[in-house]
This record gives sequence, C-alpha cells and structure tokens, in this order.
Amino acid sequence: MKYIDEFRQRELAQKLAASIQQEADHDRQYNLMEFCGGHTHAIFRYGVQDLMPANLTFVHGPGCPVCVLPIGRIDNAIQLLEQHNVILCTYGDMLRVPASGRKSLLKAKATGADVRMVYSTQDALKIAHNNPDRQVVFFAIGFETTTPPTAVAIKQAEKQGLKNFSVFCNHVLTPAAIQSILDSPEVRDIGSVSIDGFFGPSHVSTIIGSRPYEFFAKSFQRPVVIAGFEPLDVMQSALMLIRQLNQGRHEVENEYTRVVTREGNLKAQSLVAEVFEVRRVFEWRGLGMVPNSALQIKPRFADFDAELRFQLPAIQASDIKGCECPSILRGIKKPTDCKLFGTICTPENPMGSCMVSSEGSCAAYWSYGRFRQPENKTDREGVAV
Amino acid sequence: MCLALPAKIISIDATTDRAIVAVGDVKKEISLALVEGAKVHDFVLIHVGYALNKISQQEAERTLEIFAEAGLSGEKPA
Ligand code: SF4
Repeated sequence: MKYIDEFRQRELAQKLAASIQQEADHDRQYNLMEFCGGHTHAIFRYGVQDLMPANLTFVHGPGCPVCVLPIGRIDNAIQLLEQHNVILCTYGDMLRVPASGRKSLLKAKATGADVRMVYSTQDALKIAHNNPDRQVVFFAIGFETTTPPTAVAIKQAEKQGLKNFSVFCNHVLTPAAIQSILDSPEVRDIGSVSIDGFFGPSHVSTIIGSRPYEFFAKSFQRPVVIAGFEPLDVMQSALMLIRQLNQGRHEVENEYTRVVTREGNLKAQSLVAEVFEVRRVFEWRGLGMVPNSALQIKPRFADFDAELRFQLPAIQASDIKGCECPSILRGIKKPTDCKLFGTICTPENPMGSCMVSSEGSCAAYWSYGRFRQPENKTDREGVAV
Repeated sequence: MCLALPAKIISIDATTDRAIVAVGDVKKEISLALVEGAKVHDFVLIHVGYALNKISQQEAERTLEIFAEAGLSGEKPA
C-alpha cells in the first residue's frame, strides 16, 4: 500500500460515479462546498466534476491560506524587510502574492531585500543560527496543519536561547471561517448561494480531529464529511453527503479514517495550546473581520513575537481594483466572473491571491482549462471516464 | 500549502526526534516532534518537514472496500 495510487483507480471511480448518479435525486440541487483548496485542486486536476450529475455543484471555499491573508499583512512583511532590514523566511507560495502599491515579496527581493524561501520552520531556525548578527523573522501562515510546526520552532528557539529569531504569526482557524461563511448575509438571506453540505478539510482535521465540526453541523443543520484529498476520497465523500441530504440528516461523518480520528492529534494540539492563544478578531480576505478566527503568540513567548518586537502597525489595505477574490472566496462568484481573469491576471502575473497558489480557485480554473470547456477536455489527466 | 504526502519511515534518530522517510523513490529528512510512538516502516503523512500523523493501513483497506461496495450498488439496474 502506497496510499496514493490506490485512491486514484479508474475502475473504482467509475463505480462510484455510477452510485452517485443512481442515488442523487434528480429533482433537487446539491450545492456542496469544499472548504479546502486541496479539494478544489483535486476536483480540477482529476476532472471529478465530469463524473458528477448535472445537479451537483462544487462550490469552492476559502480554504487556501495564501488566498485569505489580507493585503495589509503582506504590507507588514514588506515593512519588516524595508524598515527593519530583517531576513524574512517564508513558504514559497507567499512570494508572488500582490501587496499594496503593486509590490510583492518577490519584487522586494529583486530590489535587494533578504527574502529566503524555506521548506520548513527548521530551515528558518538554521538561518537564524547561521546569521547571529541579523534579525531573522519567520512569516508564519496557514491553517491548523502548519501551526504545530511553528509551535515546535518557537519552543526550540527558546530552548536554544536564540535571540535573533521571531515569528510573524498569521495562523488562522478553520471552524471559525466555515461558521462565518454560513453566517454571512449573502448566504443566509439573499440566497445567491445556498450551501447544502460541506467537504471537511483533510489535513487540518488530522490535527484538530472531526469533533470541532459537530457544533456547526448541528447548529446550521448542514452535513459535513471529512474527505481525503485523493479523487476517490472526494467522490466517496460526495456520495456520503448526498445520502445524508436525501435522508434529511446533518451529521459529521469521516471518510478519511486512515488519518483522521474524532480527537485528532493530541500531542500537536497541546503544543499549539502551549504556545498560542486565540486572537479576538482577525481580518480574512473575502470574509472581513472574523471573531476568534486566528491565533497569536502567548505572552510567555512574547520575545519571539515579531509583531511586538518590531511594533508592527495594523494596516488596512484594499484589494486591487476589479479583483473578485473576496466574492470567490465566499463561493458567491466564479473566477470566470472576474473581468481580469486570464487577460490581465494569470499565474505568471497574478493580480489577486486566488491566482497565486495552486490551491486557489482562479489558478485551478486557469491551469486545468475548466473555463475553456466544453470545447477542450484534453489537457487534464486523471480518472475522468 | 496544505498539501501533505504519505511517506514511509526508513530510519529514526531518537536523540534528535528526526527520521529519514521515503516518498516514492525520494528520501527526505523530517521531524517527528508532532507524532507519538512512530516506528520504522510506519507510514506517516508529511507536511512542511514534519510528520503530522500516522496513517492506518487497516482503515485505508476498509475505505477501499467501501469504495468497491458503493460501486456494486451502482451496478444494479436503477
Ligand atoms: S482572476 Fe485574478 S483578479 Fe480576478 S479574482 Fe482571480 S485573482 Fe482576482
């Protein structure tokens, strides 16, 4: 077992597709939101939509950490470089995200700022060790999956007495965001998008478990199925959501049992709880100010908090004119509704964050040619039958 | 960003809590700081240089069986 190819088998995809076609009630619509960009990516890459009945729509959610980071926080990172002359360590995806004034970390690097792309928080610690006379800041972003590695790095830095290392914390919380989507007036009142059920995050849930979703499955009466990121996982989860909806149930079910339990990874959770606390409010691109939706470094580790060390101001910055990322992130618009899509805005020259990461909806639409359909179905690989 | 890959543990260095894992033919060094009781030959899900969790072979097999069963009902005439 390699845990990859087995979950991409063509014959099984055909069988699952047949079941879905048979069980879906043709007199109703199924709008299923995949919260995670990882699912969006899988749906496009493997042409899963083509195997679904016409009355099932995948609504792409905001679960791409690069996409939801507000511009002001990237402006802050550029301040760290330009005003404080730090070495800024960041995951690769952040480099090309547009900031205010047509800047980006990549452009800052081109003009001499010391931006280092790292694969792991361990690399950032090494850079701090090797540059004792420079301040090194790790630009921490991501959902519950990437938070525990940041917690480990902060604890290690403390243990090693590293004085030149700090973290610019932008870690955000998934359940709060899903709740905010369901709370948003567009979804609640206007009905321009109705979401019938959710694919729950794969890797976030390996850490937090399936339990945190139980509250809102109940209070918002929407089924949630925690789904793996392989195409067969997505299809099986769609089938599970269809069954719940047909039976009028709204429970949390787990398709991704090979890694996700109800309790999650307790060791990782306790590390996170030791180092971080909930921020009262944090801005999400697309969702606005969402209460209790992000983490900040606890006072006990204040020495490693770049926001305090460099007194970073809160910056309110507006999105690039014409960019529809905010509506796309809430599932209200599609990338093709954006006038800049594919003309001014492409992955080579992104105008908005949704075009940067491969998990962003605009990048997925562009890369897998979905917008060219139905004329051109040839440039995708995968399980499509 | 949230992509994570299944990898097999090849060797463990208990003093540093680090391991060498294989992703297909590629070997990588990762941290085991986030998982409890991982052993050589276990499969783990790796992400940004850390193992996030162990992967259960038993559950993976069960899931594959469920896929096949779901398909069976679909073959019946509607
Ligand atoms: S196509 Fe570009 S400009 Fe338009 S919404 Fe997507 S990222 Fe924003």
